[in-house]
Amino acid sequence: MAIESDNIETLVNRRYQHGFVTEIENDSLPPGLDENVVCAISARKNEPKFMLEWRLRAYRQWQQMREPTWAQVHYPAIDYGAISYFSAPKSDANRPRSLDEVDPKLLETYDKLGIPLHERARLAGVAVDAVFDSVSVATTFKAKLSEAGVIFCPFSEAVQKHPELVQKYLGSVVPQRDNFFAALNSAVFSDGSFVYIPKGVRCPMELSTYFRINAANTGQFERTLIVADEDSYVSYLEGCTAPMRDENQLHAAVVELVALKNARIKYSTVQNWYPGDENGVGGIYNFVTKRGDCRGENAKISWTQVETGSAITWKYPSCILRGDNSVGEFYSVAVANNYQQADTGTKMIHIGRNTSSTIVSKGISAGHAQNSYRGLVRVMPQATGARNHTQCDSLLIGKDCGAHTFPYMEIRNPDAKIEHEATTSKISAEQLFYCRQRGIAEEDAVNMIVNGFCKEVFKELPMEFAVEAQNLLNVSLEGAVG
Amino acid sequence: MLEINDLHASVGGSEILRGLSLSVRAGEVHAIMGPNGSGKSTLAQLIAGNDAYTVSRGTVELDGEDLLPLSPEERARRGIFLGFQYPVEIPGVNNAYLLKAALNARRKYAGLSEIDAFEFLKLARDKMAMLNMDPKFLNRGVNEGFSGGEKKRNEILQMAILEPRLAVLDETDSGLDIDALRAVANGVNALRDPDRAIILVTHYQRLLDYIEPDHVHVLSEGRIVRSGDKSLALQLEEKGYDWLREAASA
Repeated sequence: MAIESDNIETLVNRRYQHGFVTEIENDSLPPGLDENVVCAISARKNEPKFMLEWRLRAYRQWQQMREPTWAQVHYPAIDYGAISYFSAPKSDANRPRSLDEVDPKLLETYDKLGIPLHERARLAGVAVDAVFDSVSVATTFKAKLSEAGVIFCPFSEAVQKHPELVQKYLGSVVPQRDNFFAALNSAVFSDGSFVYIPKGVRCPMELSTYFRINAANTGQFERTLIVADEDSYVSYLEGCTAPMRDENQLHAAVVELVALKNARIKYSTVQNWYPGDENGVGGIYNFVTKRGDCRGENAKISWTQVETGSAITWKYPSCILRGDNSVGEFYSVAVANNYQQADTGTKMIHIGRNTSSTIVSKGISAGHAQNSYRGLVRVMPQATGARNHTQCDSLLIGKDCGAHTFPYMEIRNPDAKIEHEATTSKISAEQLFYCRQRGIAEEDAVNMIVNGFCKEVFKELPMEFAVEAQNLLNVSLEGAVG
Repeated sequence: MLEINDLHASVGGSEILRGLSLSVRAGEVHAIMGPNGSGKSTLAQLIAGNDAYTVSRGTVELDGEDLLPLSPEERARRGIFLGFQYPVEIPGVNNAYLLKAALNARRKYAGLSEIDAFEFLKLARDKMAMLNMDPKFLNRGVNEGFSGGEKKRNEILQMAILEPRLAVLDETDSGLDIDALRAVANGVNALRDPDRAIILVTHYQRLLDYIEPDHVHVLSEGRIVRSGDKSLALQLEEKGYDWLREAASA
């Protein structure tokens, strides 16, 4: 509540804070996509043959596919031939082995973002696998993790060091042909994170990756694979910010989670990519496929996301509840301001017996933004005793924005218990006046009410992340009430 | 402390206040009475700065400062408190959180340091004990699911914590049972102070049995038609508002 009313004007007009571009030379491939480009990416990463073949299969499938149009988002056609599919910091040849070796400019970038890597990592006990552009640059806390037998490394490293695990699990949750963007990602993914938690291990720290998009005109194709073996537990945090620019940037990530018997995976995201300016110019196109597979009995996968950025968000973190008694959760806050468009939600596929899922979705729309919740609950005939509770709330700020809800239910087992609650509310003039009468500035009052609205989701986030999420939300809604 | 002169104001195009003047000094308790639609609540909202109301003429000053250009939060930070007739629910926003933010906004304006969560909790517990309130109140959403009486008590709690210079209590007695009324009145009386002024907006005389006003004003059709001491309230109780209306039109 430290905002003086005199400063509101300044605050409202404040531009995206993380909008800057670090000048580091990029070693990029020329724009365009064909089999040669796929081969070149694979060759640069010195990948084994199985990986190249996998990519090529994906590429051929992608060529047969068409971009989906069912989402409630509108954007000019993407010219896939104008995108450069690989970029890595020049210093890649001499990869730093420790933070001391990291390009100081990079560290500066993290500092600007408020992520002093060394301090933060050490103080918070968080291992950070920072993705700068497409190549992972620094990885910390390796020793402690490897003591526990946990593998946490850049995806490209996993391909070299643990090819058997990669080969076994890659594409086993999100097949190459799953959808247009997943197929594209499978063909050209640059890097990402790989996590393996062995049997019976509780990962000793929260694993965290900060994503950043930096090179102009470079699509980002991250690939994340997390495998939690039997009786293990891991909490994974993904957060990101991006520099300001005018060109639309395509981002098509794939995240696959595999939870075996009795394993638990908690995956938290705070997404703050450049949303475009107040007139809707620029901003990231974010087409993400995230899916978790509860492959063994009693497995549990929990998604928590706070989506404040991107011009377009197309994202449905989902759970396949294959194992008996497995549990899927989805907690989401999606904010859309100015001309942002968000179409996000989840899919809960009940296959095993006595499976249960919880969906809590909080959509906030302001400015001219359109915010859609799209969710599917599917109960297969064999899924006896399935339960789902869905709660879907929308909050509108101002009169030019929209909230839409598209809940789909396919219930093929009469035994299922399915509940769906939905509300739409507005921040009322009475609420604002009440807060202001108590001395609280309008902007702060909006933040307070919005944070109250999102509380149920925020409490699912790890502590440190929850604070960050709250701050992000406040920044995202600046100027929403005029 | 508060000087209102020839105030004309309208809402949605219809004029509600038509030349209202009122002078309130520090240490005084004024009761504003009047029939429904006489402009009592409009006056309360206007002092607090609700921009749904438009002032066409007249002045409102607090300690010599023109209040009309100030936003509601600026007025609040100068020590104006409005106890709402219908306190709004703000789901999910913690009562303690709102109150602490409000208190710190006021302290900051006054050049005082912000108080931390521990100090605040201690302060809030003391005030709640005084008002005979369950400390659990603090952890609930602002007015969320509160009964009518609880909402009014919550307003008094906020007033007790914020320690305003000028408190305007709009129909704080409405919808209260006798125990709640007594608790609220005790809270208000405890806050009577030589440096503080209180304006009670009320329809009934009942509240004034518990809070003794220094001055009573009767509002009718947007103007104060009669002022007097507490005996005026008793007269009103006896004769009804029509008595004054007839007197005014005669």
